[in-house]
Amino acid sequence: MSAHGRTIADYEMVVGLEVHVQLLTRTKAFCSCSSAYGAAPNANTCPVCLALPGALPVLNEEAVRLAVLAAHALEATVNETSIFARKNYFYPDLPKGYQISQFDKPLAEHGKLVIGTNADGTPITVRITRVHMEEDAGKSVHDRYAGVTAIDLNRSGVPLIEIVSEPDMRSSVEAGAYLRALKQVIEYTGVSDANMEEGSLRVDANVSARLRGETKLGTKTEVKNLNSFSGVERALEVEFARQVEVLASGGTITQQTMLWDANRGEVRPARSKEGSHDYRYFPEPDLPPLQLARAWIDQARVALPELPAAKRTRFATEYNLTPAEIEVLTADVPLAAYFEEVARVDGDAKGAANWVIRDVRQLLNSGATLATLKLRPTSLAQLLTMVRDNTVSHAAATKIFAIASESGDGPLDIAKREGLLQERNENALVGWVDQVLAENPDVAARFRSGDKKLLGVLVGLVMKASKGRADPKAINQLLSARAAAGE
Amino acid sequence: MNAVRDAFERMAEVDAGPTGLNCILWTDEQRALADAAAVEAIPSAGALAGVPFVAKDNIATTHLQTTCGSRILEGYVSPYEATVITRLRDAGAVLVGKTNMDEFAMGSSNEHSAWGPVLNPVDRTRVPGGSSGGSAASVAAGIVRIALGSETGGSVRQPASYCGVVGVKPTYGRVSRFGLVAFASSLDQVGVFGTMVKDAAVALEVIAGRDARDATSADCPVDRYSAAHTNDLKGVVIGKPREYFPKSLDPRIAKLCEDALDALRARGAEVREVSLPHTDLAIPVYYIIAPAEASSNLARFDGVRYGLRVEANGLREMYEATRTRGFGPEVTRRILLGTYVLSAGYYDAYYRKAQEVRTLIAQDFREAFDSGVHLLFTPTTPSVAFEFGAKSDPYEMYLNDIFTATANLAGVPAISVPIGDIEGLPVGGQLIARHFDEQMMFRGAFALEAARAEVS
Repeated sequence: MSAHGRTIADYEMVVGLEVHVQLLTRTKAFCSCSSAYGAAPNANTCPVCLALPGALPVLNEEAVRLAVLAAHALEATVNETSIFARKNYFYPDLPKGYQISQFDKPLAEHGKLVIGTNADGTPITVRITRVHMEEDAGKSVHDRYAGVTAIDLNRSGVPLIEIVSEPDMRSSVEAGAYLRALKQVIEYTGVSDANMEEGSLRVDANVSARLRGETKLGTKTEVKNLNSFSGVERALEVEFARQVEVLASGGTITQQTMLWDANRGEVRPARSKEGSHDYRYFPEPDLPPLQLARAWIDQARVALPELPAAKRTRFATEYNLTPAEIEVLTADVPLAAYFEEVARVDGDAKGAANWVIRDVRQLLNSGATLATLKLRPTSLAQLLTMVRDNTVSHAAATKIFAIASESGDGPLDIAKREGLLQERNENALVGWVDQVLAENPDVAARFRSGDKKLLGVLVGLVMKASKGRADPKAINQLLSARAAAGE
Repeated sequence: MNAVRDAFERMAEVDAGPTGLNCILWTDEQRALADAAAVEAIPSAGALAGVPFVAKDNIATTHLQTTCGSRILEGYVSPYEATVITRLRDAGAVLVGKTNMDEFAMGSSNEHSAWGPVLNPVDRTRVPGGSSGGSAASVAAGIVRIALGSETGGSVRQPASYCGVVGVKPTYGRVSRFGLVAFASSLDQVGVFGTMVKDAAVALEVIAGRDARDATSADCPVDRYSAAHTNDLKGVVIGKPREYFPKSLDPRIAKLCEDALDALRARGAEVREVSLPHTDLAIPVYYIIAPAEASSNLARFDGVRYGLRVEANGLREMYEATRTRGFGPEVTRRILLGTYVLSAGYYDAYYRKAQEVRTLIAQDFREAFDSGVHLLFTPTTPSVAFEFGAKSDPYEMYLNDIFTATANLAGVPAISVPIGDIEGLPVGGQLIARHFDEQMMFRGAFALEAARAEVS
């Protein structure tokens, strides 16, 4: 309780996010060095990305294409003219002493992203302020050599887009939902692998607090050093609570940069220097304004794949799946494609969904990827068909699935080799029934005298005797007929 | 081979030692002679086969240092070569030296070089002009017939005028800047000096044209400038902008300009008075835009990767110590000025405003040329070469560029051609042409040169 008698429940969190995404180009943004990750330090460098005297940047067209694709995916308006600008600051891993970015004329503006659905079914939308292109800095390595900092400039000049949202999120949960939705859209477009652990997706959060009902924005702080989505959510809660404590006791928030310490679960102010840059932006004179013809911009949209929202809608109408199933199956493009291929070949979408959601994902959880999975979708579809037409039992199918995922062999071959085909021969079925009834005279007698509960036990025993090859339905019928006849 | 050997002989005569001109900073005679021999061995030699040339010390070369006349780059040898050097070498020309300059091309007298001033070969008590003073003096002293310089605001034309040689600032985008160490990227352009107009024309022909490594280089056909020689200027209209002939102009310079205009008329040109009303704003605009870009361009000289590093206790201290010791006073002054005009709260009042005025200056030229004028003729400088130490006030020094900075701001090509002398000190006349119309510029320059040859 504060002097004003207000608690955290009286305050509302307001969040805007700045997300950097590394574009999957073969070469860097302004030179022809490889942008591949993991090379020996400074192996992927040249006069341009080392900022040697006299070197000049030349824009990578592929980076522009990918950035425009991402902008389209976020429903942003791509500007026919955008302008590169220099963001000036000194740091050893920023070799030019400035970063080439975009400032007052970005690549694209006014986008939006649906991050979920309200209780009444209306979409929750976050507005995207801008999408702009920029280059990455190098890396300062502090822990490799005793007493000195080493600089690795392999990352210097790698193309990024920065996606800036409006302060439209009202909770850490919404912020998390935004990030997951954004990551999914970016992954769908293929412009980035959007991996926060590897640094190809980075997040800075602007957060402020205000009394509920207030429409003016409070003073914000920028939270940096966020290294996972859950970390973002935790950091926002911690920073929001800190701000509320200050406000509730009559204090004011200082606009500053806060650093998240994931280990201690704390935010602390960055050293004042880190937060008070005057970047002295001005138009980059080494690069002419980026001019994109409207026709080219529109044409670029054609390359846009089906995006998550559209795919979810289509799955609902085309396959008659539950929202939960759709959510899982559309998580990423390869999984959705795998499912669709199984469903197409086999024809039973519901069955395909079940197998993909349960069994295929189990394989993926234990380290496999869809690209390397030996069980191809056509094989899984064949297996599903075999179950449906009673070529194999469901139990046998599970066994075949396991073998096929190891070996990649066809399900029919496996069934034959392993003796897992359903036995349809009447004589063989009758033989197993007779054998079981003979070996279990007590049970057989009670069953004949009308104890229907024993039917299941007997079916199980027959299945066991047949080593799974008998069709349980047929056995069921045979046994029921015997009971009715009193045999 | 002989021409290269002669260049070194002449260098030894006039440039070396404490009494020398000090125009060549770095040279490697063995290497140059080997290059000359290699060119000689090729049967189909290029347009400049065996012709020696020098290049300003802010143009990247792989065997000689590239220090930009600054301590901060002492000992720096570029691992790559500037496009202009490659093009000249491909045409058979042989690099014989790197030339002294005002530090990072900031200056109009060559007094701001970390390696000492260059003396004007015409009068050793006077400055050669700047910032490409070493290149201008190398040509004037007869070491070479062709030299590369660079312009940001008159740095080729002004020293050409002071030393009595030909100096060309091509259209912005005409020549690749790849390998030219940036001062102010939106103004910088490699320029050429020649003993005669033809020398400059041939050199420009070779270095001009689109370069995929410079996004600001233009894909615009390159004419044969050396073939622009004609005695006939019939149908050519030459504008005489009144703002370049103020009442305060030295009457002797005004007289030489009138003589030059008469010579052009005698060859059939029509001379018409025109107005470029925003001319007097060029210097203030230039001294906002150029330092602003310089403050950013020179940030890379931070002691981290190359050049001078002064060790100190901590990163910030290392930056400060390195840059304080590495940069001279004029460079420091312009970095401070540029940082200030880009700062939050001042950007609109200075940088943005300056860009707006720059647009007006460019528009002045466009309107003049659209009115039917093919060339503009002006004096290159308001005075002849001055004595060392004569201009201690930076602003007075900046006014030296009053007639030249406009072409850089507008991006148009311009040439300075000797039009006479005042008590033995050379005076240059300037011809300015439309964007990418170097052919017309050279046509006028050839005529001016020929007229003068007839007089003398």
